[in-house]
Amino acid sequence: MSIRVENIDKRFGAFTALDDVTLDFRTGELTALLGPSGCGKTTLLRIIAGLETADSGRILISGEETSDKPVRERQVGFVFQHYALFRHMSVFENVAFGLRVKPRRERPAEAEIRRRVMELLDLVQLAWLADRMPAQLSGGQRQRIALARALAVEPQVLLLDEPFGALDAKVRKELRGWLRQLHETLHITSIFVTHDQEEALELADRVVVMNRGRIEQAGPPQAVYENPANAFVHGFLGASNILRGTIRDGLFHAEGASLPARNIHESNGEAVAYLRPHELDMSRRPDPAGIPAEIRRILAFGALARIELVTLAGRVPLEVELPQRDLAGLALAPGDSVHLVPQGVNLFPSAEAGALPRPVLAKAG
Amino acid sequence: MAGATSALSASQHFESRSATRDHGLVRALLLILGLGFFALFLVLPLVVVFAEALRKGWDTYWAALVEPDALSAIRLTLLAAAIAVPLNLVFGVSAAWAIAKYRFRGKALLTTLIDLPFSVSPVIAGLIYVLVFGAQGWFGPLLDGYDIRIIFAVPGIVLATIFVTFPFIARELIPLMEAQGSEEEEAALVLGASGWQTFWRVTLPNIKWGLLYGVILCNARAMGEFGAVSVVSGHIRGLTNTMPLHVEILYNEYQFAAAFAVASLLALLALFTLALKSVIEWRASPKSEPEARPKEPLP
Repeated sequence: MSIRVENIDKRFGAFTALDDVTLDFRTGELTALLGPSGCGKTTLLRIIAGLETADSGRILISGEETSDKPVRERQVGFVFQHYALFRHMSVFENVAFGLRVKPRRERPAEAEIRRRVMELLDLVQLAWLADRMPAQLSGGQRQRIALARALAVEPQVLLLDEPFGALDAKVRKELRGWLRQLHETLHITSIFVTHDQEEALELADRVVVMNRGRIEQAGPPQAVYENPANAFVHGFLGASNILRGTIRDGLFHAEGASLPARNIHESNGEAVAYLRPHELDMSRRPDPAGIPAEIRRILAFGALARIELVTLAGRVPLEVELPQRDLAGLALAPGDSVHLVPQGVNLFPSAEAGALPRPVLAKAG
Repeated sequence: MAGATSALSASQHFESRSATRDHGLVRALLLILGLGFFALFLVLPLVVVFAEALRKGWDTYWAALVEPDALSAIRLTLLAAAIAVPLNLVFGVSAAWAIAKYRFRGKALLTTLIDLPFSVSPVIAGLIYVLVFGAQGWFGPLLDGYDIRIIFAVPGIVLATIFVTFPFIARELIPLMEAQGSEEEEAALVLGASGWQTFWRVTLPNIKWGLLYGVILCNARAMGEFGAVSVVSGHIRGLTNTMPLHVEILYNEYQFAAAFAVASLLALLALFTLALKSVIEWRASPKSEPEARPKEPLP
């Protein structure tokens, strides 16, 4: 079932949670709503579910207007961030709840309920926990039960609010793969909210990057990652090095280097370059397209080594990531001077970058 | 509702650490002070009540309880509680629901007002009803025209009882419901449950122990209330006397054995309430949760 969100506005007092948001979610796709906390992504999800009402705008589920439909008639499955399992019911009863509250005419017989619930518990691989209480489950197990419960009513649409937000890193990673697999099997139109760019890029068919109640960019993960529409998206989708400079004669000049850029359609003037740490090649030979820099610190553990540098010209801090093997070949030490040759430079107008908070360097992963 | 189990583990924790373990003398002093106070002001009066009640033997004791005025007082007390407790149950649940789950203007005011009966002297509570419904009150003449009596009659006693027991259930539920939030209710709605189904199947089971606890306290107070009821009752023997008022009359008439006999009934009620309260606290503690699960009522 496709979902269309049209010109949605939502305010909480003076705070604008959603500002004229229009989006299409295609049938069978898994979409990630990605953004920093307070960007409106959860509010949008709750409005689609009917748990919140928009101040203006429409929600269409398979072309049918649902803005005035009460929550219980929308046939959406919703998985809450903290699972919201019914604490006084067993796992079995939690999953059966959606079937038991159906009007008498539609309610399946007890045997049928039993069969459906066990089928769902098998699907989430937790049939052996049917008689436990939610308090006796681990976080990952609760999450899967919450999902089974949401699927019990055969929803047209599955909405997940920060599905892995409260789990530790290892379980997160496991569940991520598992959820993707489940999506391949069921193909329910699904939307999940996350603030973790890695999760969004890895899991979703389509990523919608949101900020301050607006949509910054929407598209397939690869496209969004490689061609960020603006400085915010670049900064949010991974670690970024930032260089201020000027565009002259088709090249970007900054920190003693003249760099060709991917999107150098801007006219001459001030600009800001965003460079990914793994897109900087390090060499000892001087290069006109290389930024002269001095090594400060080398963090060599894991598959990727991280090297912290400062440019020689303006003492701007930079970070480079390169495979451990390549680092060994270069035989570098703190204090050495090197030249950093970017493989790809994304330029953005300097006003836009100036208005945004500086992206955090070196996010984990 | 601090469970007995958690209190135990806290004290074990305290005792086992040398850093938090008190000096022997301090500990002994604290224990003597606490237990001495307890014995002097709680245990001793209780013993006196039963000792005085039985001073002239079981026959006198029994006679004092089955005497018509005493029976009528017991009946009236039970009646007042039987009306006040269910009404406050409905009110308490709705007020707690409104305060814990919705945002609205005047919420802070409502929360404060719920506490009013706790902060106002019961005598004033009684006087309010006299001023409103009494013969010289606002509605007194009007009601008199329809031959409806509220003050110095059973309705007044019920009203006064409702007023003083007003906060018990709401007070018990508000923090509980606020702590639980409304995510489970939201989950129920998304799963297709109606508001009514959500209340019976999700909200009520989650608050049942807190609710029961509130009901017990409310009931204990409803049966034991003296001040407010005394003002509106008029002390008509066999008609508008509740048990606490009956005790006072007997005592003033120097019928000590009978007074203590009736008082001992109230004391028994208090002991029974305490026992029930402990059982509920024990059952509501997380450890016993799985077996403390009666069948959910169907809508």
